[in-house]
Amino acid sequence: MTISRKDIEKVAVLARIRVDEEQVSALEKDLGNILDLVDQLAAADTANVEPLAHPLDAVQRLRADEVTESNQREAFQAIAPATENGLYLVPRVIE
Amino acid sequence: MQWDIVIGLEIHVQLATKTKIFSGSSTAYGAEPNTQASAVDLAMPGTLPVPNEQAFRYAVMFGLAVNADIERRSVFERKNYFYPDLPKGYQTTQLERPIVGPGYVDLDLAGGKTKRVRIHHAHLEEDAGKSLHDTFYDELGHGMTGIDLNRAGTPLIEVVTEPDMTNAEEAVAFAKKLHGIVTSLGICDGDMSQGSMRFDVNISLKPKGSDTLGTRTETKNLNSFRFMEQAIAHEVERQMDILEDGGTIVQETRLYNGDRDESRSMRTKEEANDYRYFPCPDLLPVEIDESFIEEARNSLPELPDARKARFMEHYGLNDYDAGLLAGDSKLAAFFEEAVSHGKDAKLTSNWIQGEFSARLNAEEKSVAESPITGAQLGDLVVRIADNTISSAGAKKVFEALWSGENDNVDAIIDAKGLKQVSDTGALESMVDEVLAGMPDQVAQYQNEEDPKKRKKMLGGFMGPLMKASKGQGNPKLFNEILVKKLGG
Repeated sequence: MTISRKDIEKVAVLARIRVDEEQVSALEKDLGNILDLVDQLAAADTANVEPLAHPLDAVQRLRADEVTESNQREAFQAIAPATENGLYLVPRVIE
Repeated sequence: MQWDIVIGLEIHVQLATKTKIFSGSSTAYGAEPNTQASAVDLAMPGTLPVPNEQAFRYAVMFGLAVNADIERRSVFERKNYFYPDLPKGYQTTQLERPIVGPGYVDLDLAGGKTKRVRIHHAHLEEDAGKSLHDTFYDELGHGMTGIDLNRAGTPLIEVVTEPDMTNAEEAVAFAKKLHGIVTSLGICDGDMSQGSMRFDVNISLKPKGSDTLGTRTETKNLNSFRFMEQAIAHEVERQMDILEDGGTIVQETRLYNGDRDESRSMRTKEEANDYRYFPCPDLLPVEIDESFIEEARNSLPELPDARKARFMEHYGLNDYDAGLLAGDSKLAAFFEEAVSHGKDAKLTSNWIQGEFSARLNAEEKSVAESPITGAQLGDLVVRIADNTISSAGAKKVFEALWSGENDNVDAIIDAKGLKQVSDTGALESMVDEVLAGMPDQVAQYQNEEDPKKRKKMLGGFMGPLMKASKGQGNPKLFNEILVKKLGG
């Protein structure tokens, strides 16, 4: 299976990762190899196999509905680039 | 050209848990920004989600209430996209194995018609934070957006219907029914103004009778029944105009502005399938066993359909009144409290649907915010039913209760002198006196043959009679005496 330059650029945009022109060729090869491996796996007959949602054969533990967290805004906001009136500030989002 | 309208709904229902779906942060509404956003909610490195059992219980209760299959083993997926109110860069949600499978809801429509709307599925997921596009600036004067993550991680169930609705009336009826179900279950506070329930409407048009669905648009985040109705009408018209001009509908998400009755495109949906869902490695599959489901089943309270049947049977209400009162759990409770005092169910129902609802609407209040209690309304109904006060007097009492002037019905009646005169002898002499002063009108009445016109002419005597009795004469008795004295 091959992956096109266009696919790589699209995935990079979706993941918000900047990929330089010269990196694309290397990625084309690397990702192509990975996808080849996936193809190989996909060739296995899985008709009677339940899809695996998690590699651990275990069941999720659930939590009781009780408040266990206290307000630590000050500590968290100490490492934020910008805050005002208790809000985190980010570059303006226009929809 | 004639068109068929096809409508499907997606409804986000905020669950009334005390804490978030994956952390022990409080979900209480109205806290100072970011004071209920823990390390997990902020997606700090090294944190892990632990699901809230109550959210699953509520989802199961919902599934049982809409006749749905419950998935015994449900899996969480990551839905990847970037937005500042989503700190993890993905929403934890369910795609392949949602907890609630196919179900249905039956609607009662106008004219005694019923309609079944199928539910495709309902899944558990987390809410995002809130963006405040106010007036924040950085040191260079660039506009900034404020982010409050208190809401991030609040548990939601997203209910997805089949495209079974064919007009705004059905869509709104479904929305109201769903609202009644989740509030009756107590799994959601139903407060739409605070975003506890948010509706997305998928609409498409197809030529009448055609089997092929048209391209649909999605109008997002409608938070009132009225806006929903308006938004549907608006979008149907917009699509019809485009199609009849030979254009094509673009599949897109639209935002509706209810104040202006306008909509605009939010984003075209070409990136829609690019959320790159995959099973969340931080969460194991959740298994629900039979005893958990049975426990949820046993905890189900009375639901709107059963309540409606009971209201019809027990109180003798008609289909319409029973459906309306039983549909909303708080309104139903108010009615039952009122009728336990007021006895007369039909009269109680009329007052709740009339004066009471009108005042709530006018002041944009919910039943829970009503300044008067069901017991007070019931006491008022008693005094109307036993003829102590006229309906005009009752309105004055209602007003005094509403404004908080006094909280006791009988005390208000006394203080305002609203007690009707029902002493027939006294009323008769007033009628004699008034009729003696209006010989022309009396003659006119007696010469009129048409019973309908005669009935109307009776009204002409009521004004002077009410005046003569200082507003305290019992109008019903006045009427009877008048008819008798005037000779039918």
